Amino acid sequence: MTETQHAPLRDDPGRAGDAVPAIELAGVRKEYHAHGETVPAVRKVDLAIGQGEFFSLLGPSGCGKTTTMRMIAGFEEPTAGEVYLHGESVTGVPANRRDVNMVFQSYALFPHMSVFENVAFGLRRRRTPKAEIAERVAAMLEIVDLAGREKRRPAELSGGQQQRVALARALVNRPRALLLDEPLGALDLKLRQAMQVELKRIQREVGITFVYVTHDQGEALTMSDRIAVMNDGLVEQLGSPREIYERPATKFVAGFIGTSNLLGGEAVEGGAGQAVLRHGDGGRIVALLGDGRSVTAGDAVELTVRPEKMQITADRPDDGLSRVPGRVSEVVYLGTSTNYNVTTDGGAEVVVFVQNAMNAEDVARRGDRVWLSWEPQHSYLLGSPE
Amino acid sequence: MARLRKALTPYLMILPGGLWMAVFFVVPLVFMLSVSLMTGNIIDGFKQTWHWQNYADGFHTYGDKLVRSLWYGLLATVACIALAYPAAYWIAFKGGRRKSTYLFLLLLPFFVSFVLRTLAWKLVLTDNGPLLGPLRSHGLLPKDFHILDSGFAVVSGLTYNFLPFMVLPIYVALERIDYRVIEASYDLYAGRTQAFLRVVLPLSLPGVFAGVIMTFVPVASDYVNSEVLGGPNNVMIGHIIRTEYFDNSSYALASALSFSLMALLLVGIFAYARALGTEDVLEAAGR
Ligand SMILES: Nc1ncnc2c1ncn2[C@@H]1O[C@H](COP(=O)(O)OP(=O)(O)OP(=O)(O)O)[C@@H](O)[C@H]1O
Ligand SMILES: [Mg+2]
Repeated sequence: MTETQHAPLRDDPGRAGDAVPAIELAGVRKEYHAHGETVPAVRKVDLAIGQGEFFSLLGPSGCGKTTTMRMIAGFEEPTAGEVYLHGESVTGVPANRRDVNMVFQSYALFPHMSVFENVAFGLRRRRTPKAEIAERVAAMLEIVDLAGREKRRPAELSGGQQQRVALARALVNRPRALLLDEPLGALDLKLRQAMQVELKRIQREVGITFVYVTHDQGEALTMSDRIAVMNDGLVEQLGSPREIYERPATKFVAGFIGTSNLLGGEAVEGGAGQAVLRHGDGGRIVALLGDGRSVTAGDAVELTVRPEKMQITADRPDDGLSRVPGRVSEVVYLGTSTNYNVTTDGGAEVVVFVQNAMNAEDVARRGDRVWLSWEPQHSYLLGSPE
Repeated sequence: MARLRKALTPYLMILPGGLWMAVFFVVPLVFMLSVSLMTGNIIDGFKQTWHWQNYADGFHTYGDKLVRSLWYGLLATVACIALAYPAAYWIAFKGGRRKSTYLFLLLLPFFVSFVLRTLAWKLVLTDNGPLLGPLRSHGLLPKDFHILDSGFAVVSGLTYNFLPFMVLPIYVALERIDYRVIEASYDLYAGRTQAFLRVVLPLSLPGVFAGVIMTFVPVASDYVNSEVLGGPNNVMIGHIIRTEYFDNSSYALASALSFSLMALLLVGIFAYARALGTEDVLEAAGR
């Protein structure tokens, strides 16, 4: 096997920086053949994950997250493209000789071994001295809060405890990266939240790169340094949780993460930095454009605005704000906030979240004519994936 | 009332099976046990005399056949494991969507009567049969070479006839293994051999254990194979019991021999269970 030299990818923002990325996927594609058909599980993925980063793969079921993970772990070989671990191509290197460990969605603990033996498995295969094994396993079980349970069988543990054994079994080997495939998927909400905090703490403590697969957007947003949002075998957007949430790059990302209002419009004033759009009669939207985007007058475009960024008023807003007139179709009181559903004159269905401050009365009632307004930096023009 | 019903349910559920066992297993067993302690003959009738000597006589006359039966049973069981494990492994892990087809093909010969199959073997293996005949006439085999009427023929026949009883439980045990557990062992630096020895084998041992019990017991007491394939010098105890019972009408001796065989088999199985069936073996595999 020859090791290919190549330059690390530099086109993505975030923490990958100048150092050699812990994990890198370059033009990776994976096709499965089932019933005489070719199924592209992963179409084309380019990623560089930095050393020590908490990186999430987020996407709906069937988008190729597990497949991507399995190619990093070495259970599948890419149909095309290359996987690099610490700058070295691992094409043809089997899973047992890759310095990454995986925490399986189902935990996949060894049912016939005790907790201790499960955790010691990797160390024993690497012929670590006995005394060191005992020491490292004990220290690891301490970290995951399972000290004193060494002799139990997996079947005698709760779901959360099994999850922590799976984590300990991988971490004790001090891999260069840990791959976690929906590790909290089987836990109930409360335990899940507790484990999220726990995982974050452990990751900070051991300083190992975590690649975290989830289809839970809340989980990805709270835990990750960076997120790759996947859809249908492609990465639709790569960025920090804030970037992904506040500046969704595509319609899919806007819809998948949080609630988003989608508005269509026609550009009346083009340009590179910003554009002015018309949305229905009297609707005037100022939108900022991302790097390299430009719009010409007459283009039909789509943009998103998060519901909590919008204001709802009876009076016509100031000229500096984006403003759209419409009619309230529903008011839903939720305690700390109230949701207003508004049908704009331009024909869009929009929802606005209004915090219920002290003594606040309802801003509007069903059937009222209102103005929606927001700051220009809160509307983002959507692109489509390349 | 409802509580009473709930408490009774488990007993009600074992009732049909329990009755069946009582009528067709326990009753004859007790009856045969009493016969084994009788004296007499078919003409004058049998009388209960608590004649334990029947057992001593049985051992004295047929001890070598008893030992041979256990020995052949052991050989055939080991041969069954050696043949069944790889086959079951292949079907369970590489069979893909055709698993049940392969399993069916493996079991297909066993839809034919047991006796008929063994007789067919005799035809194939006979000195001038389709297998040995041509080899012999071309001088490829020495004139005095034969397969029939040997211990080898008996053990081969036993192995062949009882193979499914080994394949099925091993297959079921292997099939039940979560493949991700095996992948996890690869992920934790185990090579193919280690993954097999530490994970697959220990997890399939319950199947092997069940298979051993299901083959060893009937194999050791089988009488058809030794009768058809073994000739006069490789007689097994099943054949003796049959002859003593049906041909010589020595009911007491035949019963005593049956119980001796049963006792030996039970001792063997328990020794085996102690050696293999316990958690210690699994624990050792974890190291
Ligand atoms: N072994 C396989 N053979 C054929 N198709 C497969 C195989 N494994 C996965 N696929 C297909 O590839 C696609 C991606 O699967 P993958 O398991 O990577 O999805 P995922 O994002 O992990 O989904 P989930 O959130 O449900 O776990 C799916 O359409 C799936 O049906
Ligand atoms: Mg998955």
